[in-house]
Amino acid sequence: MTRTYAEILREVRSSIREVTAGEVDSNRETSPQPLLVDVRETSEWDEGYIPGAVHIPRGHLESRIEAAVPDHDHPVVVYCAGGTRSAFATRTLQQMGYTDVVNMSGGFQAWKSHGYRWTTPPRLTAEQKIRYSRHLLIPEVGTEGQARLLDSKALLIGAGGLGSPAALYLAAAGVGTIGIIDFDTVDLSNLQRQIIHTTARIGHKKVDSARAAIEALNPDVTVVAHEEMLDAGNVEQIIAGYDVILDGTDTFETRYILNDAAVAANIPVVHASVFRFEGQLTVFRPYDGPCYRCLYPTPPPPELAPGCSVAGVLGVVPGIMGLLQTNEALKLLLGIGETLAGRLLLFDALDGTFQELRLRRDPACPVCSDAAVEARRAGHPLAVSNVGADQPFLLGSFGGVPAAAASPVTSGAAR
Amino acid sequence: MSVVRIPPVLRANAGGNKQVEVDGVTVGDILSQLVTRYPGLQSQLLTDEGELNRFVNVYLNDQDIRYLQERATPVDARDTLIILPAMAGGAGRES
Repeated sequence: MTRTYAEILREVRSSIREVTAGEVDSNRETSPQPLLVDVRETSEWDEGYIPGAVHIPRGHLESRIEAAVPDHDHPVVVYCAGGTRSAFATRTLQQMGYTDVVNMSGGFQAWKSHGYRWTTPPRLTAEQKIRYSRHLLIPEVGTEGQARLLDSKALLIGAGGLGSPAALYLAAAGVGTIGIIDFDTVDLSNLQRQIIHTTARIGHKKVDSARAAIEALNPDVTVVAHEEMLDAGNVEQIIAGYDVILDGTDTFETRYILNDAAVAANIPVVHASVFRFEGQLTVFRPYDGPCYRCLYPTPPPPELAPGCSVAGVLGVVPGIMGLLQTNEALKLLLGIGETLAGRLLLFDALDGTFQELRLRRDPACPVCSDAAVEARRAGHPLAVSNVGADQPFLLGSFGGVPAAAASPVTSGAAR
Repeated sequence: MSVVRIPPVLRANAGGNKQVEVDGVTVGDILSQLVTRYPGLQSQLLTDEGELNRFVNVYLNDQDIRYLQERATPVDARDTLIILPAMAGGAGRES
């Protein structure tokens, strides 16, 4: 017995449920949120799709749907260009045991003609597709993630032992803008660990030396050089607009200033420090885990905290810690994985061991506690003590109320 | 005997040891014995009143003692105490 296409289509349509584009649009906020599955060909998807949809060409539907929708009871809306291919796809999903699957009648054409929101996939150049091909192969990164990296801005505090490997790998990964704060020049004694610099560039400014290395590695990257020392007066202006900050500071003063301004501006700081054979690493993600002041409300007296120039460091230790910082930064930029927010990672190069400690937000923190946030919102940030800016930073005060105009509600601020 | 891990910045004041074994039933107990054995650690760890300095954190295994019972936190012989003062440094600028 032969059956015509028209007969099969009629039979399929009578066995599935259909919804209009308008119903799909108004149901997008319901919970659980229905997953949209676009079953068109790649060339059609590239011309535009509904934001949030997953793309599974109909030819791959059976083999790929279970990875995309593991829960057979999760609501699914299938669409194609006009609603016919997706009718067949809907029927297939029903046969596979999906219990809540519907076809969007009229397809993407109807969606567009009703003026609902749609988007086009990020585009990489042919050269970028090759350069980042190992990223594109990872589902967690893919074209979308790579486009996100290219659109991201990372700020390095220092182009030294931690900042050198970080800058190189951020550049290689295609992080589109890399800011570097450093007012130093390259010294022969730096080269044992600061691998972004070279013997030929001894005496050059570190920001220029780093820029030369980054540009040679990846022309996609824009380097923003901040040849100055981070201080309370310039910190808000410098960090504004960055998505993540990698802290390789070597003074407590700078670290507290950076912490307070980054919390106020809601920018995550990936913090690392090294000493001889050991290093430590954590992520200070504002309001998700502690900030630096929660951990250490006051700095130690100078004699208890010698820097690297006094204590020495095995060159690979800042290399390892700098790359672990970069790993955290990339996760933050891509929005994947579990960051080290709330965890301190200790590395011991001699033992070859890592250890993890739990960190907590201090409910009384003058910078990141709920009370501190409220106080900043009200324009009267809590005073911070001992070290850092003379005046605490306001929430997003850059471009708004100058921090210096704020009056602390508690007394006792001292340097 | 519980193990106390000495951070690199304090090792010079603790006979160069990376870790030492101390007998004690509370965190406070162990810290007192530690500074008795190594008097050079006294001012680095404790205030004149015998409180832990605010720039030093002490972890019982992986938990900050400030969120346990502070110095009164009981310590088992199999526990490890980790002392972590704030570290200055990035990888350093020569000065």
